Amino acid sequence: MDAPFLTVRNLTKHFAPTAFSRGPVVRALDDISFDIARGQVVGLVGESGSGKTTIGRSVLRLIEPTSGEIRFDGVDITKLSAGPLVRQRRKMQYIFQDPFASLSPRMTIGQILTEGLDIQGIGSRRERRAKAERALAAVELPVDAYDRYAHEFSGGQRQRIGIARALTLEPEFIVADEPVSALDVSIQAQIINLLRDLQVRLGLTMLFISHDLAVVEYICDTVIVLYLGRIMEVAPAAALYARPQHPYTRALLSAIPSLDPLARQGRQVLKGDIPSPANPPTGCVFRTRCPVALDACAGIVPPLRATTSDGHLKACIRDDIA
Amino acid sequence: MDAPILSISGLRAVFRIAGRDIAAVQDVDLVIGSGETVALVGESGSGKSVTSLSIIGLLPKKIGRIAEGSIALRRRDGTVTELTGLDPESLRKVRGNDIGMVFQEPMTSLNPVYSIGEQIAEPIRIHLGRSHRDAATDAVRLLAQVGIPDPDRRARQYPHELSGGMRQRATIAMALSCDPTLLIADEPTTALDVTIQAQILDLLAALQAQRGMGILFVTHNLGVVAEIANRVAVMYAGRIVESGPVSEVFTRPRHPYTAGLMRSVPRLGQATTLKAAGTPLPTIAGNVPSLALLPKGCSFAPRCVLAVDACRTAVPPLFAATSTQQSRCLRWEDL
Repeated sequence: MDAPFLTVRNLTKHFAPTAFSRGPVVRALDDISFDIARGQVVGLVGESGSGKTTIGRSVLRLIEPTSGEIRFDGVDITKLSAGPLVRQRRKMQYIFQDPFASLSPRMTIGQILTEGLDIQGIGSRRERRAKAERALAAVELPVDAYDRYAHEFSGGQRQRIGIARALTLEPEFIVADEPVSALDVSIQAQIINLLRDLQVRLGLTMLFISHDLAVVEYICDTVIVLYLGRIMEVAPAAALYARPQHPYTRALLSAIPSLDPLARQGRQVLKGDIPSPANPPTGCVFRTRCPVALDACAGIVPPLRATTSDGHLKACIRDDIA
Repeated sequence: MDAPILSISGLRAVFRIAGRDIAAVQDVDLVIGSGETVALVGESGSGKSVTSLSIIGLLPKKIGRIAEGSIALRRRDGTVTELTGLDPESLRKVRGNDIGMVFQEPMTSLNPVYSIGEQIAEPIRIHLGRSHRDAATDAVRLLAQVGIPDPDRRARQYPHELSGGMRQRATIAMALSCDPTLLIADEPTTALDVTIQAQILDLLAALQAQRGMGILFVTHNLGVVAEIANRVAVMYAGRIVESGPVSEVFTRPRHPYTAGLMRSVPRLGQATTLKAAGTPLPTIAGNVPSLALLPKGCSFAPRCVLAVDACRTAVPPLFAATSTQQSRCLRWEDL
């Protein structure tokens, strides 16, 4: 098998108080390790404060990790200096959640789409325009969008522009951070279909971040479930939905409201709030809300380990609940 | 039989934009009985929030107004009050009193410089005329009722000291402080994580069972509708396109928009099957139309696979598909 395209090892990010803020260290990520093979889509799912966006940003080194290693196609990007990092970023792009906040209202769509090419010094003006127009076609927007402004487009169309911006540099790797969360239901599915289509056609490798387990199922090959900065469970998408193993994953799946009005009974509701990452529980971070926690769960941080042969990994000491 | 808690008929709310009245909501009829939860569901710009703001008289001041229709509310003392055309002073006596309100973002509905307890006590003093001391006691009791542990201490805390879920519980306590007949909950769980959303939905259902108030639940999330509502009204481009009991509408939608929306919602386990078969996720083609540029006839016709010429000539009326279910589609029988 090929070496993984992206390797993350022992990634940790602690936000320390600065001269302008008080308070304890926020442990956003603790000891995160995972791989993405070339052409694969990995989903990162979790609730607020789980660290999913921190991982996405660290992977492109938009924020500096506290420790750990991020190897991108063999290159450890945590050690790159500014120049080589900018060149490396040509291959790595980011799609943002909010299609209103992430597009400048003062730039034409053409300027937005070619800005990255300008920075990277790629092509002549004419070539840059051609690349931008190809990207517009790829996201099924009319070519005349080039000279228009973001406010002339609907939310779904703006998200297509955000995707086109990521595509103009012809990247190999894309972080899509909640790309459909701000969109209406009928538009969400359009955008997921488009991303899946582009991913297959262009052979993209992708990290797909979402708070919604239902959204990532279609597009992801593998899903990573996060809670409070730690990985709870990793599994191939089909196995995760068919046989979730970690009690947190089960609770998360159970909490998604079903369209079947008769299914409203039997839902498992987790008690309490997500603890603060500034003061996470000892041992397993989920134990304070876990319906099957034991005394032992407070004592050790459960390692992520294989429990079955279907590629499932879970960070839970209980094997008697499956 | 008692009069319904809320009875809206022929509501038309308009916004004055560039010298022209644009209808954000039209032909809206809606009835909520006591102890009943009615969900108003739709996408951005469908008019669901404008409908709820019309009820409480909080349309944007300079540009928004109710152009036609009636909104009748049964109050705590059993009298029925027509809310349209009510002067601001009388409306203030209804809001936060006979009508409780919970909005999407608990941080913006709470005042950061007052303690939680003071904010819950305020409407009790103003509307019910209770003393400071009694109102403060009531506030603590309400916090306990909405499931906030250690309510004495929490009442003395400020909004920033509470988590998102706790804050939403506090706004629910505030909404219920004067024992309203109608609770308007506008996307109350949209800003919350799913595990917290499940808690809040359970809480609202439990409180309704105790108090018997009517709930108007505004949401874009069909799964939440299935969880919480007895009846549902689906809005599209300012009109109700389908309504009826959730059990009927969700098992047999009679409007192509409802049917398309239900197919677009990702269902757990379904995507794996579709992906294996190489089939894309079901979608509704096109985009929601601008309210300023609505097509002639049925607003959904440009995106509808069933549309025929007749759909493009006049807005269809609401047809009675069953004794309880209505559809604004000429072809409801073909669905």
